[in-house]
Amino acid sequence: MKETQTIESTNKVTKTTERITGSQAIVRCLIEEGVKVLYGYPGGAIMPVYDELYKYQDKIHHVLTRHEQGATHAAQGYARISNGVGVAMATSGPGATNLITGIADAQIDSTPMVCITGQVPSQLLGSDAFQETDIVGISTPITKWNHQITKASEIPEVIAKAFYIAKSGRPGPVLVDITKDAQFEEFDFSYKKCKGVRSYKAVPKTDASKIEEAAKLINAAKKPLVVWGQGVILGEAEEEFKAVIEKAGLPAAWTILGASAIPTSHPLNVGMVGMHGNYAPNVLTNECDVLIAIGMRFDDRVTGSLNTYAKQAKVIHFEIDPAEVDKNVKTDVAVLGDAKESLSQLLPLLNENTHEDWHQKFKDLYKIEYDKVIKDDLHPTKDGLTMGEVLKEINTYTKGEAAIVTDVGQHQMIACRYAEFNTSKSNITSGGLGTMGFGLPAAIGAKMAAPEREVVSISGDGGYQMTIQELGTIFQQRVAVKVVVLNNDFLGMVRQWQQLFFDKRYASTEMTNPDFVTIAKGYYINAKRVTKREELADAVKKMIESKEPYFLEVCVEKEDNVFPMVPSGASVSDIRLE
Amino acid sequence: MSEEIKQFTVSVYTENNIGLLNRISAIFQRRHINIESINSSVSEIEGVSRFTIVVNITESQMKKFIGQIEKQIEVIKAFYHTEEETIYQESCMFKIKSDLLFEERQIQNIIKESGARIVTVNREFFVLEKSGRKEEIELLHRELSAFGIMQFTRSGRIAVTKDEMKISSMLEAFQH
Repeated sequence: MKETQTIESTNKVTKTTERITGSQAIVRCLIEEGVKVLYGYPGGAIMPVYDELYKYQDKIHHVLTRHEQGATHAAQGYARISNGVGVAMATSGPGATNLITGIADAQIDSTPMVCITGQVPSQLLGSDAFQETDIVGISTPITKWNHQITKASEIPEVIAKAFYIAKSGRPGPVLVDITKDAQFEEFDFSYKKCKGVRSYKAVPKTDASKIEEAAKLINAAKKPLVVWGQGVILGEAEEEFKAVIEKAGLPAAWTILGASAIPTSHPLNVGMVGMHGNYAPNVLTNECDVLIAIGMRFDDRVTGSLNTYAKQAKVIHFEIDPAEVDKNVKTDVAVLGDAKESLSQLLPLLNENTHEDWHQKFKDLYKIEYDKVIKDDLHPTKDGLTMGEVLKEINTYTKGEAAIVTDVGQHQMIACRYAEFNTSKSNITSGGLGTMGFGLPAAIGAKMAAPEREVVSISGDGGYQMTIQELGTIFQQRVAVKVVVLNNDFLGMVRQWQQLFFDKRYASTEMTNPDFVTIAKGYYINAKRVTKREELADAVKKMIESKEPYFLEVCVEKEDNVFPMVPSGASVSDIRLE
Repeated sequence: MSEEIKQFTVSVYTENNIGLLNRISAIFQRRHINIESINSSVSEIEGVSRFTIVVNITESQMKKFIGQIEKQIEVIKAFYHTEEETIYQESCMFKIKSDLLFEERQIQNIIKESGARIVTVNREFFVLEKSGRKEEIELLHRELSAFGIMQFTRSGRIAVTKDEMKISSMLEAFQH
């Protein structure tokens, strides 16, 4: 800080500028944006920023992950549990390219994240310099916005814009690439939060007439079905949502990212839709007369074949992103805008209703699913342990208060189907991209954002090994996450498909696994392996009661399948129970 | 029920940004749609750029593309129009051996009838420029091909629409 000067702006507001370096400005911008924790990995082109982070350790906590991908997933976990913006930092070249999977994941799952990458000095751009990659070019199709800074004076405005864009409207990842010379350059710093970008409308205006049309359809419906997604959580519209379904007596089903917006035990919660969702909401999607989609995007894993998806129903779509309207499913009434706002406007227009006969259908179909699938998943009589019974024990000891962070595969579907959620933002998983390796680092971010909450990471033996090195981060930071691996020595979901659709040719899905308990112990993490049913409850209890990080491996039946299942490209009502 | 593929002219008003061309072209590339022509220039509004893109797709695809284009942060607004709704021009240039201009009388007739303009003539070659609709340019190209063309290039389409595009009022609305 060389000099301080005061500028009188025209509207008599006093602004102070200070002469500082670009790298100091970056850290100061992060502090201004309320960033308390960021995840990253240092390297040549970002070293000046790390030097500043060293000086600001009392204000901002940098977590060294063991791989840049881990930094992005940790930032995502942080954002998902807190509704804040996750921040990840990396150097140029391989550091930056290692962020790509996490950025793509955040883009498709609408997670607010700001990634900051160092870049070679501006005079070397395009010269194939050491650790130079065109990260702005590479990340363009998977970022909500990205920008390269080559002059220190751009830093405050661009970072302010980055946070605004990442968080506002439909959230998403933003990448800011900063050349090393801009990090060293001195300039007059002042910070102003971004309040708008003229070419970007974060939230489209809600049309009151559309809400009236929607209310009319809902009031006239005999067999209404709500399918809600993450929009309810991102829009913090949980209360408004609950009020709407309760008043109109609407059975409500969730997409994987919508899970936990209302408690699992809520009487109107009829379960998950989609490929491994519940039987009733999938079958009745093709029987309802009005389908009310709220903050969801009709992903193909939700809809199955579009040609046979809810063709009999009038479709109402509450959506913040105009590009999602009519993208996959043609809607009769599209209500653009923020879910919280739209639903609170909808509430007074709705008639009270209970739809008892219609609800009975959900109960009847649940009974079928219970007898054919759920009973054996949760209360198995065969020898091998099931993933479902592990979830049941976790529910018992967490009392539904834990945030469940999952990876991708069979365990993920089982966890989403059986985990009990009492509070919102409790299901953190990679839905759209299906990123194996997401779970463990995301759990680290989630636990750090919400240290008061129990955070249970559940992975399979495949995905766990994709980011297993983040055990090092858990150890170094003493993050008290509970890490469960459901080990079937297979890439279980792929094996299931091979069994069902490729005549049991198990190509490259069997895994010869290491001793996971020894590995965890190598990181000085308490660890236990369970192979027998009688050990399970105690082991889960001990894990949950631990105040420290804890690793639990459960060796489950090798060739169990996840049902129900809507085969790829089939109709949701052709869901298979076995 | 397959929908008819039509030619659309897309007008995209944007902030002037380095990476934007990449973002917009990626939207088409990702969905395996060929861009027939693309042109970028300043627009009638100071500081606002305008892309003119020609694509052959169905109207329902077109609407989805507009949604994806407008979703880009630095895109102010995107419009699509059919042939009938626009006035458009393309421009082309021919480089031809100068001898032909004097030896082949027919070339002079072709130039006169097509409304093409001679930009320059020297001892070796002359350069012909023609603006017009695609078919007119194609016709001229066919006619001159018989004599031999040293170089040929055609520009992307530029177009104005018959109806109004309310960009200025949108930008003003942001100021308030």
